[in-house]
Amino acid sequence: MTGAGPTDLAAPGARPSAALDIARDVRSGSVSAADVVDRYLGAIDEIDGELHAFVTVLHDGARREAESVDLKVAAGGDPGPLAGVPVALKDNMCTRGVPTTCSSRILDGWCPPYDATVVQRLRAAGAIVIGKTNLDEFAMGSSTENSAFGPTRNPHDPARVPGGSSGGSAAAVAAGLAPLALGSDTGGSIRQPAALCGVVGMKPTYGTVSRYGLVAFASSLDQIGPLTTTVTESAVLFDVIGGQDPMDSTCLERPVPRTVSALADGVEGLRVGLVSELVDGVDGAVEARVREAAETLAGAGANVEEFSIPEFRHGLPAYYIVAPAEASSNLSRYDGVRYGLRVDAETAESMNAATRAAGFGAEVKRRIMLGTYALSAGYYDAYYGQAQKVRTLIIDALAVAYQRFDVLLGATTPTTAFAIGAKVDDPWAMYLSDVCTVPSNLAGHPAISIPFGPDDSGLPVGVQVLAPALGEPVMFQVAAVLELGAPVLGPPRVHAR
Amino acid sequence: MTADSKSDRSSDKAAWEPVIGLEVHCELNTKTKLFCGCRNAFGDEPNTNVCPVCLGLPGSLPVLNIRAVEYAMRIGLALHCEIRPSIFHRKNYFYPDMPKDYQVSQYDAPINVNGWLELPDDSRVRIERAHMEEDTGKTSHIGGGGRIHDADHSLVDYNRAGVPLVEIVSAPDMRSSTQARLYASELRGILVATGASDGRMEEGSMRVDANVSVRPAGTFELGTRCEIKNLNSLRSLGRAIEYEIERQIGLVGAGDKVVQQTRHWNEDEGVTVALRSKEEAFDYRYFPEPDLVPVVPDASWQAEVAASIGPMPAERRDKLAGLLGPEPVSRARADQIATVVEHGLDGLVTAAAGAGVDAALALARTSNEASADPDAARRIEVASFVALLRMEQDGKLSATQSKTVLAEMLENGGDPAEIARRRGFEALDTGSLATVVAEVVAAHPDEWQRYVGGEDKLVGFFTGHVMRASNNRADGKAVAAELRRLRG
Ligand SMILES: [Zn+2]
Repeated sequence: MTGAGPTDLAAPGARPSAALDIARDVRSGSVSAADVVDRYLGAIDEIDGELHAFVTVLHDGARREAESVDLKVAAGGDPGPLAGVPVALKDNMCTRGVPTTCSSRILDGWCPPYDATVVQRLRAAGAIVIGKTNLDEFAMGSSTENSAFGPTRNPHDPARVPGGSSGGSAAAVAAGLAPLALGSDTGGSIRQPAALCGVVGMKPTYGTVSRYGLVAFASSLDQIGPLTTTVTESAVLFDVIGGQDPMDSTCLERPVPRTVSALADGVEGLRVGLVSELVDGVDGAVEARVREAAETLAGAGANVEEFSIPEFRHGLPAYYIVAPAEASSNLSRYDGVRYGLRVDAETAESMNAATRAAGFGAEVKRRIMLGTYALSAGYYDAYYGQAQKVRTLIIDALAVAYQRFDVLLGATTPTTAFAIGAKVDDPWAMYLSDVCTVPSNLAGHPAISIPFGPDDSGLPVGVQVLAPALGEPVMFQVAAVLELGAPVLGPPRVHAR
Repeated sequence: MTADSKSDRSSDKAAWEPVIGLEVHCELNTKTKLFCGCRNAFGDEPNTNVCPVCLGLPGSLPVLNIRAVEYAMRIGLALHCEIRPSIFHRKNYFYPDMPKDYQVSQYDAPINVNGWLELPDDSRVRIERAHMEEDTGKTSHIGGGGRIHDADHSLVDYNRAGVPLVEIVSAPDMRSSTQARLYASELRGILVATGASDGRMEEGSMRVDANVSVRPAGTFELGTRCEIKNLNSLRSLGRAIEYEIERQIGLVGAGDKVVQQTRHWNEDEGVTVALRSKEEAFDYRYFPEPDLVPVVPDASWQAEVAASIGPMPAERRDKLAGLLGPEPVSRARADQIATVVEHGLDGLVTAAAGAGVDAALALARTSNEASADPDAARRIEVASFVALLRMEQDGKLSATQSKTVLAEMLENGGDPAEIARRRGFEALDTGSLATVVAEVVAAHPDEWQRYVGGEDKLVGFFTGHVMRASNNRADGKAVAAELRRLRG
């Protein structure tokens, strides 16, 4: 076996990592991947009835993959840095021969004939896909309540939402049903559920992780990223899935930065900007934690300063034009002709309409209508064109900020986890959940949410570190320090034994 | 304007000037499709050249075929276009043969703009743009009238989905159906000459839509236009434009207005029929395709592509005409030249002429006999072709024998001298010819008397007998001359 295992690279004193322990033990042969998989499948069978984090559990597939990892270890081969580590995939990533639903009725019965690039990379690293997780239909939502298969519950309080749209992946990691998970982040869909479930969620720089095989929501904003228990795991998983892919033209040609090696570098002398727009106006308990996080960094030697980026206020409206516009086009293909649901009717047009009426949920329909309107002749300039200008404004404002700061700091979400049903009838209130996260998507920059203690009710609070494009190493550097200094968060109420 | 002058104009077709612009879609003959690695081939089993990308499966992404970009640049360069940095847009509309329910196409930033095409009649048609886009699948409507609305069911073949297309949009510079046909024909020649397309209208690899309007002669403002679709041959292009011009003159001449419409050419009935009006036109909701990046051909790439294309048809026609001598060529010769260039058989003529064969003879054999099977003619060995023509020119073979040998060479290849020997071809010398003719005349005294009496068509009768008697070794022209000599 060549090279150092990932555990050797973790920062000194880093939090215990189930994933890295599994990889170390499976690689050394002291534990079999088959046993690991059985343990996690058992936990899912035992408690996922209550959480509903998964829409598909791959009992047979995961056991088969575990066997092949064990065979490789027995034969003396290198089983990869994530050997035997179960990974949960948000169910908008294509898995060959395994249903990929996007939690929508419209994809009823569809099994992709191909694996997403990230799935291929996970397999090559020895990881084992253990199941597909619940999401807001087509990743449109902030609570995982917009799923055709019913909501996922927050492991810290099952009466509350896990956030969304990657709520299933966040809940699975928080409850210990998978040591690692992947989500997708279009306007905060990894970071917001990570904050609400008390796990680490990271959105990479646009173009660093291939989107091939990710069912598109808003193509210019979507990125796949890790949901994990620790910052080190996040960096390891990012290094595994990142890198150029000839199947995705929007992948960056520059090499993707390796992040694991930056984890132990500390923050001495780093310049941190506390963004007023990401602190003012959020819930008091959340604001208090963010300011505490700023003090933690200052205490570790960073220079922290508060800084205003007024352009962030235009982020949410611009996002809710760009994302639905692209979605309205991306979701046209679900027309009943080739795959998934078909509701028969007299003519092709009425079959299209009947299929889409029956197959899409209310939120998806709302966004298709919003986006169709925004792209219509006579409205394009006023809406889509204007939103793209706002995007440029935000990019320019961030460029100015990064002349003064190495990273930016703020809240991930305006509130902690809210009750199931509290916002389903008020789309605008739901959309506000994304207010702190959308600027990074509009700019294509990386950002990470780290759990930073509980609020007064014991619910997790997330703080967010933002970095410039390809700034993942410095972002992880800061995240590692925050993780070490974070106040203790109690274990979730629902958790694998 | 008085009512009288208006009705004067209505009765006079010459009072109206037709204005025609053409939109030509051509399929590029790349090995693979525009955004995936599937085979780009015509006529394969339905739905065999497909993959997640060209089927538009969820999660799939396009990757631009660089060869297709080069072919598009070749077309642009051949049409004297400016090559610009370009991007792709999505054109959104629902149709079962479009896998993503949007078409990826270049919209307001096309790769080629502002070119021109010179026609053989020396007129010049401006090219507004020549942009790249993907083709759709092909729908067959089963039952009913074969149209989507009354069909029993429909079948879709996605082999064509994602095949690269270039759409060439002319300015409204043409003034007659003849000129429009000439443009389409010349453009086809250019597409073939660039190597970027087969230009086969009957297989649909070249598809033409015509924009037609009329305006009072001598005025400059454009009239309301109609777009005519379903033009599957140069012939239907000409007929449809003629019909449409007359229809529109009939309307405006009677004081009615032309309604901006898309119209369908019905070949059987010889009429255009309204498909949809401007008000019913789709809102395609164009926006930049976020899954692709801009295409920015730099100067060195453009130069490389420019160097890879050979001379265009106009230049090649001039070269062949030059072989015939300095005088202007006759109409018949010009047609022969056009045929040779159209089939890409210039090489046979230039090689023969270069080897001292009479250029007119080389042109005749190439345009008439060789062009009958252009694919075979492109495979024929140039040296053998030249050798054959030299035998004919030297009188070793009659014209008929030469054509027979050429036919065999086209079918099976081979050495012309060997074929001629095997077939027993050896042109009769003048003395032997006279003997054979005299024998035939002696054997048919009644016919000879009628011929002498002035029935010239009997030349054919005697020639036929001479041919049979000489085992086709006689030259028809020489027989006729001998008969005339005997008649005195
Ligand atoms: Zn394909």
